Amino acid sequence: MELTLSLAVGLLIASGVWLVLRPRTFSVVLGLTLLAYGVNLLILLSGRLGATSPPIAMKGASGLADPLPQALVLTAIVIGFGMTAFLVTLSLRAMGETGNDRVDPADQGRAGKDPDG
Amino acid sequence: MTHLPLLPFLIPFTAAAVLLLIGQSGPATQRMVALAATLAGLAAAGLLLVQLADGPVLAYALGDWPAPYGILFVVDRLAAQMVVLLFLLAVPALLMANDGTDRQGLHFHALFQLQLAGLAGAFLTGDLFNLFVCFEILLLASYSLLVHGNGPRRSRAGLIYVILNLVGSSLFLIALALIYGTLGTLSMADIARLLPQLPSADAPLVRAAFAILVGVFLLKSALLPMAFWLPHAYSAAAMPVAALFAILTKVGIVAVLRLSVTIFGDAPAVAGLFQPWLPILALGTIALGVVALFAADRLRVAAASLVLISSGTLLFALAFATTDGTAALLFYLPHTTLATGGMMMLAGLIAGRRGELEDRLVRGPCVGNRLAIGGAYALFAVAIAGLPPLSGFIGKLMLMQEAAPLSWRPAWWAALLLSGFAVTLVLARVAALIFWQPDDPLPDQRTGGAGRAAVLLLALASPVMVVLAAPISAWALATATQLHARTPYLDAMLGDAPPTRREVRP
Repeated sequence: MELTLSLAVGLLIASGVWLVLRPRTFSVVLGLTLLAYGVNLLILLSGRLGATSPPIAMKGASGLADPLPQALVLTAIVIGFGMTAFLVTLSLRAMGETGNDRVDPADQGRAGKDPDG
Repeated sequence: MTHLPLLPFLIPFTAAAVLLLIGQSGPATQRMVALAATLAGLAAAGLLLVQLADGPVLAYALGDWPAPYGILFVVDRLAAQMVVLLFLLAVPALLMANDGTDRQGLHFHALFQLQLAGLAGAFLTGDLFNLFVCFEILLLASYSLLVHGNGPRRSRAGLIYVILNLVGSSLFLIALALIYGTLGTLSMADIARLLPQLPSADAPLVRAAFAILVGVFLLKSALLPMAFWLPHAYSAAAMPVAALFAILTKVGIVAVLRLSVTIFGDAPAVAGLFQPWLPILALGTIALGVVALFAADRLRVAAASLVLISSGTLLFALAFATTDGTAALLFYLPHTTLATGGMMMLAGLIAGRRGELEDRLVRGPCVGNRLAIGGAYALFAVAIAGLPPLSGFIGKLMLMQEAAPLSWRPAWWAALLLSGFAVTLVLARVAALIFWQPDDPLPDQRTGGAGRAAVLLLALASPVMVVLAAPISAWALATATQLHARTPYLDAMLGDAPPTRREVRP
């Protein structure tokens, strides 16, 4: 279980970083979303994994799951959601105003060449 | 007034909500509410400053939940000083925005108040996750303010700024997850208490977590490899907004100061985290700022480069944070914030008086009202360049004497003196281009306006700091002493609460 989850976090963050480095805004938005998923999973894991500790008080349970990471991750999700929405709007506006969807303005000189190859 | 520590955050936050509700009303009402809220915030911050001048560190537990479980707002001398500085800069910025910037888009005043709330919260909070939340509030407001008033230049600069800071927020969360996973707490005082007794198995992970956290703060304060966004973003924003942004970089600097002095102490797990890369990169930041300054084609780009140089200077002083060095830093910080912020606003004023040329650094019609605006420019320029007799000279002198250990002095003195020389050179050239023109000024000079008066008043900040240099530097020294003593802050947060019993974590 530990291995699966740490691989998942690593994979999400690695894909996120790769996508953020792409030249077009849409892939950057996707990359930031993946990055946020990876980070949220990591926050959740900071409360430790356990199959025997329930999230709410139950009879016969040995302990309780740490409630704080769940609260933290909830906040992080909400903030990340708002930020993504804002970024999507901003990219659309930048595209409407400049006529292309490149992130880097210096990239516009090479607009004839497709950066995705 | 037991609720006083919360007010600098609560007043602008409430005002933002009110301003959203009355968003349909006329501009006059909105301006009045916004101005009243900012002045009230200034009053609350001033009261805090007076209380802290000879009183103990104040801690305010939200919902009366005690630390380390509850979230605390803590006001020590550093926090009080920063909040006062914030509102001192916010009042002229708001007055200038009221001259028309606020009508270029929707909800300017609400966003401005949210920005103030986020900044004040970031200075006051005693909890790392709450710090993250305040950072997000101030960033989200700054994203919207940056693109306020349309234009391709603004959208594009805004896009890069937003993406960079979103990546920064992700890194912030990664650091918080690692810190919580290893130490089991996010309260600053609790972390400071637990760090020295950290099991050695956890030490590398904690060190990595704090390195990431420091990296995030340095991104906000524009250290060299992460500094290239700053001139673009700041020069694209409307000038009153950019003036407020001058304090945005200082949030990162104060956060690193808080982290390195209050939290780290001399815990072995994080010892020597800044050496030797932070001073080297800070010197690089100063060099980059100078190059950007020479390359500037507009006054606003030059002013943004000045923010970069000031960031590099403060970050270098941060790397060696001794008590005397911190005192010099705390004297230089308000001076440089007010002067660079004022220079931004002045660039806006000049741009409004040169027709289509705006603030481009080319020959053109001279600026009307030369005596007042040119005089303010001269005051800002002398202060920023660090020439005697203004406060920049005193601040730089203190930094030269105290900020660096002996082995670093040659590089440090060279950086300060050469950057000062370059700033003098460029600002003198700018003055010649803008003020000493034989051509007549354009006929449609906008005269009057509270904004212009505010900027001219802000230009007097530096002379005032010279006149009051003795009390201000005494205040800075006492603040640095309190900061380095650590116990006032930690005791105010934790009191004499017994160490919390923690469950054993696998």
